[in-house]
Amino acid sequence: MSHSTPALTEANRLMTVCNSCRYCEGLCAVFPAMELKRSFSDGDLNHLANLCHNCGACYHDCQFTPPHEFAVNVPGTLAQVRSESYAHYAWPAAARPLFARHGTALAIGLTLTVALFIAGFVAAGDPGALTSAHLAEGRFYALMPHNAMVALFGAAFLWMLVAVFMGARAFWRDAGTPQIGAIDHAHAAHDAARLRYLDGGGMGCFNDSDQPDDRRKLWHHFTFYGFLLCFAATSLATLYHYILGWSAPYAWHSGPALLGIAGGIGLTVGPLGLLRAKQTRMNELGTQGFRGMEVGFILILLITGTSGLALRLLGETPLLGPLLALHLGAVLTFFLTMPYGKFVHGLYRYLALARHARDMRRHSLQTD
Amino acid sequence: MTQWDVLVAGGGNAALCAAIAARRAGCSVLVLEKAPKFYRGGNTRHTRNMRCAHDAATGTLTGPYTGDEFMEDLLRVTGGNTDEALSRMMIARSYDMLDWIQEQGVRFQPSLGGTLSLGRTNSFFLGGGRSMLNALYRTAEGLGVVVRYEHEITGVEIEGHRFRAATVRHQDGESRIEAQTFIAASGGFQADIDWLKEGWGERAENFLIRGTPYNKGSLTRALIDSGVQQIGDAAQCHAVAIDARAPKYDGGIITRLDCVVFGIVVNKNAERFYDEGEDIWPKRYAIWGRLVAAQPEQIAYIVFDAPNLEKFMPSLFPPVEADSIAGLAGKLSLDPAALADTVDAFNNAVVGGRPFDHTEPDGNRTQGLPIDKTNWAQRIETPPFYAYPVRPGITFTYLGVRVDAHARMVMADGAVSENMFAAGEIMAGNVLGQGYAAGIGMTIGAVFGRLAGEEAAAHVA
Repeated sequence: MSHSTPALTEANRLMTVCNSCRYCEGLCAVFPAMELKRSFSDGDLNHLANLCHNCGACYHDCQFTPPHEFAVNVPGTLAQVRSESYAHYAWPAAARPLFARHGTALAIGLTLTVALFIAGFVAAGDPGALTSAHLAEGRFYALMPHNAMVALFGAAFLWMLVAVFMGARAFWRDAGTPQIGAIDHAHAAHDAARLRYLDGGGMGCFNDSDQPDDRRKLWHHFTFYGFLLCFAATSLATLYHYILGWSAPYAWHSGPALLGIAGGIGLTVGPLGLLRAKQTRMNELGTQGFRGMEVGFILILLITGTSGLALRLLGETPLLGPLLALHLGAVLTFFLTMPYGKFVHGLYRYLALARHARDMRRHSLQTD
Repeated sequence: MTQWDVLVAGGGNAALCAAIAARRAGCSVLVLEKAPKFYRGGNTRHTRNMRCAHDAATGTLTGPYTGDEFMEDLLRVTGGNTDEALSRMMIARSYDMLDWIQEQGVRFQPSLGGTLSLGRTNSFFLGGGRSMLNALYRTAEGLGVVVRYEHEITGVEIEGHRFRAATVRHQDGESRIEAQTFIAASGGFQADIDWLKEGWGERAENFLIRGTPYNKGSLTRALIDSGVQQIGDAAQCHAVAIDARAPKYDGGIITRLDCVVFGIVVNKNAERFYDEGEDIWPKRYAIWGRLVAAQPEQIAYIVFDAPNLEKFMPSLFPPVEADSIAGLAGKLSLDPAALADTVDAFNNAVVGGRPFDHTEPDGNRTQGLPIDKTNWAQRIETPPFYAYPVRPGITFTYLGVRVDAHARMVMADGAVSENMFAAGEIMAGNVLGQGYAAGIGMTIGAVFGRLAGEEAAAHVA
């Protein structure tokens, strides 16, 4: 079977090696999934690549890693395939080059959006509001009317949903349309929520050496649950606004504020830990040409989290205006770039886990 | 000059078990590994399981495997060619090994897909042998064992049956290292083709070595030359039939082929030479290396047809494929008429008639051939036809040094050395006079390694 990229061709070679060995089958989901097949389409390989959590255990456990002539590096190769798969499935196709230049795109996007918000604040209202909004009754809304905020972010959010959905659908179909049951989703949700496969089969994750001492699972939990809490904060605030008619600003002990504070802490601590882990990571386990995307995603989350926290802490000072511009700029940039960056990894991994749960369920039915 | 309590030669399972046991008993321990770090640990890197006796099923073992049954298996595979007292001692100590090795950080998993027949007797390492080895190194170094790579022992000083010092070659030259006790755990000599020729003659040129090119047995040679008693002969080893296209060294597990039962095996002259239906895996696995070694040019071809292609574990190289038997012979450089005759004769002799079941002797046999296939005989008739070329793949050799029940080396004059011990492949010949049972190499390494470490520590104290 021929493959469309060098990384996919190499992944196919490795799966032949690994399928003849199978020593790693207890480490994670990738190897049991591989054992179900003897030949692999591009879609199959993209599925396996997105199933891989890059814990690095198989790199250190394999007797054939470089300098061995078989040169087996499963996590590094699957990382490359995985990153390329994000671009491959992206919609619209014209946006695919964004993955490789994601860091630059983020930097330009963030600068532009922040500048536009500042300009907008100055132009739309009282020019002095940028530094005096903290004294106004509506605070945020003294800078930008609520309806304008909803229209802008609602549109960006919808665009993001459509684009992400189109990419996920293409990924989903490429390895054959799976018939996923509720039980498979339950398994996938459980495995994703706990990062079950980011632990080297129980030993831990590898990062800078052959010692399993990495805390990536913890940092990822901070980041992921921080993100969810922030999302919950915004959702709850929306309910307050439209259902209960309670307008922001909300007191620090209100629901949205507490969720936002907890989420902001997660989105600050988590990304800092992930950045540090990425800095010290063995090159062998990483990708070529996607560093901007990986670091950029962590940075935009970090900026979103910290600027949100800062708004809570410094919202009573003249910094409110500039901070709000930064925060809104970060969130808008994040929404707009979500379909074209590392964000999709979560969705594709979830889908791969669901497919895997289905495959293993069917396999056990066959062999019982 | 520092004098170490315990000097360990080698860096595999046996060496690390010895080092950890001695270090836990309070000794200063230096491990000298000849290979660079990546290749450390000799064959341990390529292993995947260990055979230990146990009286009940565990989380990773499907049922009991008593010491008596273990002993019966050992007597059967070796044809009784074993030091029975020593083997009984090893098996008795293997009971405790399952726990002890896990206390050193090694983790087990249920048996691997494709090897279910070993699920009751053998414990499989999670992540394989290199993962197991890494765990032992982490534990040893955490305890304070000092490990040096690319350090080869080239000579030993023995005075009146006592070890004094070793001469060590390394990047910066040569040094002399003194120690109160010495544990030799440096593996077999299978990578030294010239030494293999002493047992096999020129045939050894066509052997493939499944593990590292570093196991040349230089320490074994030095010990025997210095008065330690030799055990075993150079022709005895664990040999299996592996893909002839494998690299000369270190091809490991992925070049093994487990498809003999699904077809026939022919030699260079396109003739069958042994009953392919004699026994089931894994027992048959260990005999085909020697069988192929006895054939012209030490090569053979496993021939089967389309319905069997996916019935066994895949391997690294794809099979040779053709639409006819004559075409297949052409690709294998065999005489097409001769191969067609062999296949026709085989097909005509198949009695069959029972349901095919490769997991146990199924009674489907041939009748009337000079060499019958006594089980799993099925006609080779559905194209495309496939073949794997195979050669003998040497896992490890059995010639080594004799030890007593305390893992102490026995000298050529029968005296026992008080401070020299041996563990692992270098003394495997004490247990394995011939034959092999899956996972027993790791049992020999772990049990005698731990024993040697404990005995060395007791001697130092």
